[in-house]
Amino acid sequence: MPDIIKVQDVNKSYWRDSIEIPVLNNITLNINEGEFLALMGPSGSGKTTLLNLISGIDRPLTGKIIINETDITRMGESALAKWRSTNIGFVFQFYNLIPVLTAYENVELPLLLTKLSKSERKKHVQTALDIVGLSDRIDHYPKQLSGGQEQRVAIARAIVTDPIILVADEPTGDLDKHSADEILTLMERLNKEFNKTIIMVTHDPHAASKAHIIRHLEKGDLIQERV
Amino acid sequence: MKILKLIFKNTLRHKLRTFLTIFGISIAVIAFGVLRTVVTAWYQGVEASAANRLIVRQSVSFIFPLPYSYREKIMQVPNVTKVTYSDWFGGVYIDQSNFFARLAVDPETYFDVYNEFVVPNDQLETFKKERSACVIGVEIAKKYNLKIGDVMTVDGDIYPGRWEFIVRGIYQPKFKSTDATQMLFHWDYVDETMKKEMPGRAGNVGWYVVMINNPANASIVSAQIDALFKNSSAETKTETESAFQQGFIQSSGAIITSMNFISFIIIGIIMLVLGNTMIMSARERTREYAVFKTLGFSGKHLAGIIMGESLLISILGGVIGLFLTYPIVSGISDFIPRGMFPIFEIEPVTLVLAASAALIIGFAASIFPIQRALKTKIVDGFRFVG
Repeated sequence: MPDIIKVQDVNKSYWRDSIEIPVLNNITLNINEGEFLALMGPSGSGKTTLLNLISGIDRPLTGKIIINETDITRMGESALAKWRSTNIGFVFQFYNLIPVLTAYENVELPLLLTKLSKSERKKHVQTALDIVGLSDRIDHYPKQLSGGQEQRVAIARAIVTDPIILVADEPTGDLDKHSADEILTLMERLNKEFNKTIIMVTHDPHAASKAHIIRHLEKGDLIQERV
Repeated sequence: MKILKLIFKNTLRHKLRTFLTIFGISIAVIAFGVLRTVVTAWYQGVEASAANRLIVRQSVSFIFPLPYSYREKIMQVPNVTKVTYSDWFGGVYIDQSNFFARLAVDPETYFDVYNEFVVPNDQLETFKKERSACVIGVEIAKKYNLKIGDVMTVDGDIYPGRWEFIVRGIYQPKFKSTDATQMLFHWDYVDETMKKEMPGRAGNVGWYVVMINNPANASIVSAQIDALFKNSSAETKTETESAFQQGFIQSSGAIITSMNFISFIIIGIIMLVLGNTMIMSARERTREYAVFKTLGFSGKHLAGIIMGESLLISILGGVIGLFLTYPIVSGISDFIPRGMFPIFEIEPVTLVLAASAALIIGFAASIFPIQRALKTKIVDGFRFVG
């Protein structure tokens, strides 16, 4: 499998007033297409920052990030937004569903940026909700769903545009064990059946065990690889 | 959806807050509408002025009379086509609260000069023949349920005594801006009584109204009339009817300026209220805006969502406010003395100003929240704890 993600000598710092706080130090990482990679590490180690850089919602200080032969570090804001909408699916720890929209409408959101007709959008949304097993909850609002169900709606929203990469930041961090297992099983299925490349940030060794590769970050350095 | 549906759903997210904001905007629009109506009502006299009418008054003050003998001299001035006169009678009809203009006029010429007071011919002829007759505006007839033949008793103050007038005519206003709240009766009737009881006050009129052949001659005719009476015991000041009315308004200039100022202050305050609502809403949704951006929505989309919500609230408040302004203005109109503001109606310009103000408020109130939403980086948005 070819490398779909190439992170080359990436550095990232944050500034607190005039003090520079390094977050990632010379990170180089290649991820194959169809890979399921878990990023682990203590709080503040830079896991989420690395995930944000790969998914194009943050920019590195130096270095390159090449996704599917496209250097996203050279893209302008609007081009990057468009690129994200077609290439990346996002799953967050706290689901981040829009509370005033139903499950159907939440999943439909990314499709509003496409040229799909209403009926085509409907088909895509139903397919995505079928995959996550929530076709019977389309008219439910987030507050009417359990945490696990909310996360499944979030996953449906992430896959509805059929992106090549799924990024998940602590997707099971806010769930009980049963719901967490359901989400992990779903992610495994998306990886195996639908060949999605998944990068998952997690603290949980059980969640990480579902990945093919686990990479550890500590104080901004990528320190260990285990296959 | 879809964006519109989202805007609508966002508006209803905090129902109480949205309701209070809409209510506040409605109240502001009502206050704005009423204040502007008062201001425009004040200017109705100027609006109703005719360009070819001049007013000749005592140069010291309008309250001092002019000799009746001036009439013939004014008639001789070139370009003058007609001269009439009137006198402020004052007095109390029923009680002090029933304020409307009561004028002693020349019955032969007054309605020729003020042809916007439309009196049926038969009524006018009867009025001219009967000394104690009066003609009243249709609004006065309606308000006091008066009809032809009824007697109106006025207790005189400027002209002491108990005066009885028989209603012999009811005039209709020719134009929307015409005052239909006046009571007009014979100057002769008043003057004859004065001759008997207070001879020193007889033979005087309040002011002359001069009709000229061409408005362009107004300044020449005015100068010629004033020159006639220069160095006399009652020098005159002649001006166009519009300038004469403006003079009245200027005496209340501070009040009108204050009202104008307050009406725009109200708009400013409500802009801050809506701005505060929108800032709170946008702040609470910082994470959501980060989600939208993450999913690929552009700044244009976010601006549309925020501005749409702000405009929806301001338009709803504006429409409700304008809708309620009509019955409120009508209620005030019934409450205030009829003669104080003969025309007390919402002018189209007031509607346009209020509607524009609501739109501008909606637009302006969204600027800061939009700016903030666009400036906030996605990663900062996700870290935000509202």
